[in-house]
Amino acid sequence: MITKQVSVFIENKEGRFLQVAELLKDKGINIISFSIAETEEFGMLRMVVSDPEKTVNVLKEGLYSAKLTDVITVKLPNEEGTLFGLLKVIADTGNNIRYMYTSLGDDGPIVVKTTNQEDVVKALKDKGFDV
Amino acid sequence: MIWNESKECMSRDELANLQGARLRKMVDRVYHNVEYYRKKMQEIGLEPGDIKGIEDISKLPYTTKQDLRDNYPFGLFAVPRSEIVRIHASSGTTGKATVVGYTRRDIERWQECVARILVMGGLDHDDIVQISYGYGLFTGGLGAHYGVENLGATVVPMSTGNTKKQITMMEDFGVTAICCTPSYLMYLTEALEEAGKIDSIKLKKAFCGAEPWTENMRREIESRLHITAHDIYGLSEVMGPGVAGDCKFHAGLHIAEDHFFPEVINPETLEPVAEGETGELVFTTLTKEALPLFRYRTKDLTSITYDRCECGRTSARISRFKGRSDDMLIIRGVNVFPSQVESALLEIAETTPNYMLIVDRVNNLDTLDVLVEVEERFFSDDIGELERLTKKIAHVLQQALGIAPKVRLVEPKTIERSEGKAKRVIDKRVLV
Repeated sequence: MITKQVSVFIENKEGRFLQVAELLKDKGINIISFSIAETEEFGMLRMVVSDPEKTVNVLKEGLYSAKLTDVITVKLPNEEGTLFGLLKVIADTGNNIRYMYTSLGDDGPIVVKTTNQEDVVKALKDKGFDV
Repeated sequence: MIWNESKECMSRDELANLQGARLRKMVDRVYHNVEYYRKKMQEIGLEPGDIKGIEDISKLPYTTKQDLRDNYPFGLFAVPRSEIVRIHASSGTTGKATVVGYTRRDIERWQECVARILVMGGLDHDDIVQISYGYGLFTGGLGAHYGVENLGATVVPMSTGNTKKQITMMEDFGVTAICCTPSYLMYLTEALEEAGKIDSIKLKKAFCGAEPWTENMRREIESRLHITAHDIYGLSEVMGPGVAGDCKFHAGLHIAEDHFFPEVINPETLEPVAEGETGELVFTTLTKEALPLFRYRTKDLTSITYDRCECGRTSARISRFKGRSDDMLIIRGVNVFPSQVESALLEIAETTPNYMLIVDRVNNLDTLDVLVEVEERFFSDDIGELERLTKKIAHVLQQALGIAPKVRLVEPKTIERSEGKAKRVIDKRVLV
């Protein structure tokens, strides 16, 4: 399905990520999936959380640059070839993957951002994916 | 040795007479040829005939950089454009450059002024001089170049950059003197030390300018490079490098007073300050044909002395500069106004006017970091887009400033806000 992802701009300074994690913990927000990508100057934290709207508000109050973006979440059984299957379906729709990351826990979804996500979700549903 | 003894060692009385005669002629010519100045004089009821001697200079109106910008590009020229043989330009506060022009005779006088300073530093026609100032619209490179040629010494026109090549040329050609910014000379010194080549070059003299430097820095350079280093001062509006320079006694910079009449004023009250007191340096050009200027306010703070120097020259000397009366920065010899950054950022839709300039000196080269806040409007989840934006901002700023800054995106509200005039610059450079 299409979920709201929270992305946060994090300056490349000591302890910034820790501070964000602490803030979310204090506000009772649970992180389901996350990835942190970096450039030389800053990091981009992307998360699927228990309450995306609340998270963005909390972060903005804490003076972070936070934003909501639509992403696709799909559950993949932990077996050989399932990743290949997922990527093939997406490729066959003619869409590109912008980024992807996995989740915490056995049942956690794969998070994917693609171009034209509606099309991709439909294709995945048709092929029987747990999306 | 003195290049032009008759001018450099004139008695103060003779000099005052010469300045007075030149001023009368200049004011008359300007009145009849420069509409802007004629109007200004008419507004205060001033006629050329009211200028009888040099002491009447205070009757003339002041000129500022804004006046040059208002008359961009050629509005203040006092000769037909066909007589202009060269154009130079330097940074203006926002967007528009400050344009200056020269006739053939202006160029000749300029060369002569620079030659005086090179000789003050002990050069003669046997020297081989490397010019490591930038060549182009900037007056530094070509100004020094023509001065060396006028002296009859050999010019190696290296311009800036490519330190490895600069060193190779110095070794291979037996270069004896160099003209460059003091911070570049420090950088070069370290490069030579690292390469173990301090003793493999024949460098004896350096003429440094385009940015402020301290007595300590001069001593540091001299002891590590085993040379003597001289100060050369100028500004394009008045001419270029060569307006003033220091002799071997390093007791202030001798002004070419037969060409440029100096005043030091209180920038608030606009009244002259006493000899030895710090104030804003003002110049009136006495001999320039293309762009004569009345009482040009340089914004450089200094003090002046009319005492005779041990070297025998009678020209007035100004002290090492004590700062600016505006917010202009000099970064790698280039004039940068914080307001240029602001107006450039306002042109970019995705940025806000909240920025901070961090100026520092790393390995003896000036660096400029521009901090721009990440804000709701342009915050993208896509790293590629943020990187593209950073590059775009850097490109726009480079075009606007003439130097390449490093752009850093920072979290919102991390840039200090203030009630009054925002502090936009952190200058971490400590002039040692």
